[in-house]
Amino acid sequence: MEMPEPDAATIARRASILDELRRIVPAASVIAEEEGLRAYECDGLTAYRQLPLIVVLPETTEQISRILRYCNEAGVKIVPRGAGTSLSGGALPLADAITLGLGKLNQIVEVDYSNRCVVAQPGVTNLAITQAVEDDGFYYAPDPSSQIACTIGGNVAENSGGVHCLKYGLTTNNLLGVEMVLMDGEIIRLGGKHLDAGGYDLMGVVTGSEGLLGVITEVTVRILTKPPAARALLIGFDSSEAAGSCVAAIIGAGIIPGGMEMMDRPAIHAVEDFVHAGYPLDVEAILIVELDGPGEEVEYLVGRVDEIAHASGAISVRASRDEEERLLFWAGRKAAFPAVGRISPDYYCMDGTIPRHKLSEVLKRMAEASDRYGLGVANVFHAGDGNLHPLILYDANVPGELEKAEEFGAEILTLCVEVGGVLTGEHGVGVEKRDLMETMFTEIDLMQQQRLKCAFDPAQLLNPGKVFPTLHRCAELGRVHIQGGEMRFPDLPRF
Amino acid sequence: MSFPSTDILYPTDSAELEAVIGDALANHRSLEIVCGGSKRALGQAITTDQIVSLSELTGITLYEPEELVLTARAGTPLAEIEAALEEHNQQLAFEPPDWGPLLGTEMAQSLGGIVATNLAGPRRFQAGAVRDHVLGVSMVTGRGEAVKTGGRVVKNVTGYDLCKLISGSYGTLAVATDITVKVLPVGEKTRTVLIAGLDEADTVSVMTKALSSSYDVSAAAFLPCDLTAKSGVSYVSGAASSITAIRVEGPGPSVEARCLALRELLGAHGDVEELHFHNSHRFWQEIGNVSPFVEEAGQVWRVSVPPSEAAALVQKIQNVCDAEFYFDWGGGQIWLRLAGDHNDGGAKFVRKAIKNGGGHATLIRASEDVRSCVEVFQPQANGVKALNHRVKQGFDPGNILNPGRMELLIGTVSDAD
Repeated sequence: MEMPEPDAATIARRASILDELRRIVPAASVIAEEEGLRAYECDGLTAYRQLPLIVVLPETTEQISRILRYCNEAGVKIVPRGAGTSLSGGALPLADAITLGLGKLNQIVEVDYSNRCVVAQPGVTNLAITQAVEDDGFYYAPDPSSQIACTIGGNVAENSGGVHCLKYGLTTNNLLGVEMVLMDGEIIRLGGKHLDAGGYDLMGVVTGSEGLLGVITEVTVRILTKPPAARALLIGFDSSEAAGSCVAAIIGAGIIPGGMEMMDRPAIHAVEDFVHAGYPLDVEAILIVELDGPGEEVEYLVGRVDEIAHASGAISVRASRDEEERLLFWAGRKAAFPAVGRISPDYYCMDGTIPRHKLSEVLKRMAEASDRYGLGVANVFHAGDGNLHPLILYDANVPGELEKAEEFGAEILTLCVEVGGVLTGEHGVGVEKRDLMETMFTEIDLMQQQRLKCAFDPAQLLNPGKVFPTLHRCAELGRVHIQGGEMRFPDLPRF
Repeated sequence: MSFPSTDILYPTDSAELEAVIGDALANHRSLEIVCGGSKRALGQAITTDQIVSLSELTGITLYEPEELVLTARAGTPLAEIEAALEEHNQQLAFEPPDWGPLLGTEMAQSLGGIVATNLAGPRRFQAGAVRDHVLGVSMVTGRGEAVKTGGRVVKNVTGYDLCKLISGSYGTLAVATDITVKVLPVGEKTRTVLIAGLDEADTVSVMTKALSSSYDVSAAAFLPCDLTAKSGVSYVSGAASSITAIRVEGPGPSVEARCLALRELLGAHGDVEELHFHNSHRFWQEIGNVSPFVEEAGQVWRVSVPPSEAAALVQKIQNVCDAEFYFDWGGGQIWLRLAGDHNDGGAKFVRKAIKNGGGHATLIRASEDVRSCVEVFQPQANGVKALNHRVKQGFDPGNILNPGRMELLIGTVSDAD
């Protein structure tokens, strides 16, 4: 993956940039020494590393505004960063850019039960929002697996999901308002504690914009009442087709489970060896179906899903009898990534989404590719919404294996697009999938997306080198091309 | 409503629409984008050089109930989509309202129209608005270029989410040709618990209590006593008191248990009654369609605020002008009908009552004259307004698509005193 050529002139004036930053924030909030910078050299996509030019850790919106205004005027690039848990390189530093860490803005500003929302600074972790309200019976629904560490600001930037998002939505469906700073230093507010503000839904496009449109400095999210009951079913199948048709039958019956996860044979075995969750080992696929809600509803739906599972040819069906057993069913799924980490020196986690009925075709072609590349693959799958996480097994110490794993990964994602799916369901494009964007979008599509970028950041200083394979200058994008200029359309019916 | 005698163009596919918009751009001709015209009275009144109708761009092109997705051309009648979904016990969960009677039009709504206006019914706070259900859009921008965004899967973060931007943009950025939406199952059963006799302050706290319970409430509304008589549901029209209504939906045994639990939870606040299937359905249709204000003249506003501020806001407005109201969305949405005919639509009374940045008011029903000189949508802070302009510029540099529909271009009557 090639990043844009660093600007030598910016690097040459590093000392004066440092001086300026120290005028805006306390000296201790500016990191310039190599050992300090080292902590920021990568995010969750650890295959890519780069020392940032400087790291700055502001404490207030006002400081962020001043930093961005200065950088905009001085032509210095900015890479915003939350906790650095991105799996797509969204927070990968650039040699000629300041990494703007938002970790010090870590306060919950307000818990408002009468309007059922929480106002928080961007550096608050996802889980901390739930922790702030759980004693009163509430929670924040999106739950990415990194929720202990990942920040709510990063969740907005990536539009994070989690295992419950089929029923409860992604970040974008749970976000009510943001305060953000634009690259020119302007502080704006979009949305609030009310719903559906007039004007364009800028909050909607900022969500999932991967730090390219502005820096989020405060969020307002809705909180929900914790469902009083939850039970999970652990269902085994002798083929992934059978598991897939069970998922379709559950949804076809009008049931939207709180969570519905599938794992294939390699993933099941890796997990069972690791956490002993009691998963059946004589099956090709398992499904974990969780029903949550009022007690009567959960009991009723557990019965329905049990019937549907048997009718879909399940070999084994177990419903959790108590909370301990429910958590045990989940313990395996939640440990899937580290479990795979035990059977392979390295693994590369992919994130495509496919129309669900294409699952067996995709798994079959993935197995063929696995043989061709000589690299193993284990699959975990958010089955309800078609979000597939193939884990490609490789060894970074074997020369060429990383490149081979990346090539295999690109082939899988291209396959996802080919069958009608998309490149990324929840991890983001970042640098990782940047060069695959053209498999899904035409150049005209991508140019239109970049015109949105130009509306927010015309000098393209915010997180450059991410998401878009080709950077066009905003002046070029703004040109209007008129073809012909005469009515080419005499035949349309008119009256 | 009939269209003026201007030529109307009826493109039949994306390529024809590209040509129409390309020509308009080259010739500096402005276009009004319509389908049946059911929403021409929404937004600022505009006049354009040409009308483009999407009524020839129709048909459901993909519907996979088990994948929860449906794709249709933008001009497809909403009724056709709802009928197709009903066959599989599915629905558009944002509960699109029909404001035709309120706006005085009998034209059928299209999918494109409901997406362009981002309308949502009583289930909004639980299920989201249109913007939460649009998965993919193929469109032609004001540059005359065909662009697509999103996809046909329910989980997707590839590139900017332009679906959100298009939803509620009133056709001012691009003209959608094909739209993919997420569809969801219809609950097996529905029940509405009615509580009689609350005032506007008490109802908000009772609705909040219900919404904060674990009973998964899918709608909460309040009709003051004066408005109950207009309901076609006899339990409501015969109530002779205000009505607070709380809806639950879902599997049968669950709905029955939750309904019972809500009656117990809220019974201490007033007499309790419950509506079953048909009555419940009819009641919420009336709430979503603003039926209480259909027969009465007067300017109608839709105000969205944090629910806790609803009662005080209504009080403030009623202190300075003669107005009727009811609450939807647990108090988060307030419908107002002003008596008399205000030159400014009543904007100075309504908007003044909203705290700065704490909500927004949209003038939904008013004469064309009023909508030509009053800001229909909530005025925005300068920074946001400038950003909106730059976004529009990127999509429609010639300002030819529905110019002025979302923003007053000239001759603003100030909201200030």
